[in-house]
Amino acid sequence: MKRYFDYYISMMKISVLEQWQYPVANYFYMIGMIAEPVIYMVVWSAVANQQGGMVGGYTPGTFAAYYIVWTLVRQMNIAFTPYGWEWRIRNGRLSTSLMRPIHPLHEDVSFFAGWKVVMIILWIPLAFALSLIFKPELNPTLLEGVVFFIAIWMAYLIRTITLSLLGMVTFWTTRVSALFELYFAAELILSGRLVPLSLMPVWVQELAWFFPFRWAFGFPIEALVGQLTMTDMLIGLGMQVAWVVGGWIVVHLIWKVAIRRFSAVGG
Amino acid sequence: MQGLKLAFNYLRIGIMNEFQYRANLYIQILQTFIALGTGLIGLNLVFSQTSELGGWDRTELLAVMGVFITMGGIIRAAIQPNMERLMEDIREGLLDFALTKPADAQILISVREFRLWQLVDVVTGMIVLGVALSQMNWLVGVWDVLAFFSALAMGAVMIYCFWLIVTSTAFWFVRVHEIANLFEGLYAAGRWPVGIYPTWLRMALTFIIPVAFAVTVPAEALTGRLNLQTWLGALALTVVLFFASRALLKFGLRSYSGASA
Repeated sequence: MKRYFDYYISMMKISVLEQWQYPVANYFYMIGMIAEPVIYMVVWSAVANQQGGMVGGYTPGTFAAYYIVWTLVRQMNIAFTPYGWEWRIRNGRLSTSLMRPIHPLHEDVSFFAGWKVVMIILWIPLAFALSLIFKPELNPTLLEGVVFFIAIWMAYLIRTITLSLLGMVTFWTTRVSALFELYFAAELILSGRLVPLSLMPVWVQELAWFFPFRWAFGFPIEALVGQLTMTDMLIGLGMQVAWVVGGWIVVHLIWKVAIRRFSAVGG
Repeated sequence: MQGLKLAFNYLRIGIMNEFQYRANLYIQILQTFIALGTGLIGLNLVFSQTSELGGWDRTELLAVMGVFITMGGIIRAAIQPNMERLMEDIREGLLDFALTKPADAQILISVREFRLWQLVDVVTGMIVLGVALSQMNWLVGVWDVLAFFSALAMGAVMIYCFWLIVTSTAFWFVRVHEIANLFEGLYAAGRWPVGIYPTWLRMALTFIIPVAFAVTVPAEALTGRLNLQTWLGALALTVVLFFASRALLKFGLRSYSGASA
């Protein structure tokens, strides 16, 4: 246990030092990403205004809150992309990681976790600027804040696990970009990224329950923007734990089979 | 004249190259369909709640989407690949190979790459536009069509100039790759008419990144909103941007010392 703890701390430190060297590059990346929620925010605020100030339970102010918190959750659930897995497997990069006496996934989880620290620090001024412009209505309670904090890290783990599973498909076939695109489209619709799920048709909302996307995106935002009851929050956290634990088990099972495949490809 | 012949030859080579990878066509078709699907879902969601957005109704916004997809295809087929290659060549010091050729440097660096399969987007965008126009009962005159195509061409030139300006900064700041990401994020704003954005953003999307001219103005032409003033403004900006970007490229080339030797 202590071995893992030490590994994580060192890896996160390395990652923080590495990423802190490129604040401008990180900022460009972040601003490119922030364009997306700003577009949604403007469109939906316009719709709300046209409908007399409210649509689907959201006012321009709560839309602003939703999409500004969105930007933080988006930063939090950036994980190693399946395209990266494709590259890693095709180039045989994985061999190096496999030589180490620790599961390669820990390397990804800890490296990106360290990066998050830099991301959060860089995100604060941007969020401040967005708040000045769009005036979000956000009054979280202490409890909601705590739930949010736990939920964003769980969201990060869920997304890491699902993206890794998707990336591991590359062990079997190397042309998978079409599959990745389908996955990202499903994520866009079912996660609350395009619009808050309450604006979606009811069947989409029900469908969203069975996929990891909502628990890795919409749920943390809603926990903070504050339309969830205590029960909803507990259910949400429960679903997150279930996805993390279940996902981790599946990763291990697939990994065992996949890694045999890999030695066949790389050898 | 010689430049045209050169561009045509490169285009031919580019197309032949792409024909080696025909599987990419199917992947491209699927990706285009996914993008179209999510775009239509977004549009439907908005219009399930309201009947117009910033003075545009559903079919008119469908036309905007058609232009958006078409222009996106043009950018990714012909503009972006060349600019990314230029960036890469500057960084790696490989630009010498292009510069030592006896042709205008700007023409050469602008025609070297062509991604044929991206034209799936151009075709799809035109189909979407056709559907939108048929829902409007084809109420477009000859002048509207002429205005549309000229606005589209000017928009494409402006986007090209914008990319050239940004890419030329690679002569001084080597790491500009994130700018491609930044452009894609901001271009996505063109999916909606720029009129709905707050003033500061509208200004940025008009004069810093010419998304407004690339998408909204052509769409305005087809929906009978374009006035002569805007058209002339677009023409003026195209000319200014063209000469500014050319001057910057030349200035940059002078400070380029090569790295291949």
